[in-house]
Amino acid sequence: MTLLTTVFAAIISTVIWYKGAPNSEMKIGTLCWMYWGASIMWFIDAVFEYGEMGAEFFTPEPASMLNDLYLGLSVVALGLVIWLVILLIKDPKGVVKAALFKKI
Amino acid sequence: MACFIVPGTEAIVTTIATKIIKSKEKEEVLHITNHEGAIEEVTKVSFSTKLGWLNKMLWGGSALLAFEHVWHGEVVPFSPFLTAIENGETAEMLAEMGSAGVMMAVLVTTVWAGMLVVSSVIEKRAINEAKSVEEI
Repeated sequence: MTLLTTVFAAIISTVIWYKGAPNSEMKIGTLCWMYWGASIMWFIDAVFEYGEMGAEFFTPEPASMLNDLYLGLSVVALGLVIWLVILLIKDPKGVVKAALFKKI
Repeated sequence: MACFIVPGTEAIVTTIATKIIKSKEKEEVLHITNHEGAIEEVTKVSFSTKLGWLNKMLWGGSALLAFEHVWHGEVVPFSPFLTAIENGETAEMLAEMGSAGVMMAVLVTTVWAGMLVVSSVIEKRAINEAKSVEEI
């Protein structure tokens, strides 16, 4: 469920990036790379888990599934927070800078 | 247990490599055809920028995976930071890093290498199209 949540986040962010490209000023690309990187890593995690559990891997307990979804959503939220911090620090549109300085 | 440390370590190495390569790179100006078929002058995306794609995947993936380890209580905010070491499961942890951790780093790098190949094909196609238009 964590893998699935992250993959969906990666797909959605990539579609948003493509829509705004090539003049995207929102650094959506960073979000895409982050979610795709995490998705690939969780995919390997899932492969190893499948190796241990076999077909049981595809029939998780509802409580475990819910916890994994909760984790997946938390991961997506953390990714968004990291992206937001990067966006505000790099400030490609100069919004933060404009908020800090007033024209005389 | 601590598989995220392997791609995290790779991220440190590739980030240093990116900084070194970037300082030695020069811009390459090319002619390509845009989506409307017109020729335009552009600069080629540098290798350091492409290496940046790998950096972002490795850093982002490792950070989110580290969070998952905190979630499961495998990483704690006090020394020795990894519960596997505290519980005397260091050998198991190293084995997991050597299997899952290495596989994660290898797959991310393989996907990135695949993207380099695809982007190279797209670049060559655009350059060749521009050449053929210029010849006409």
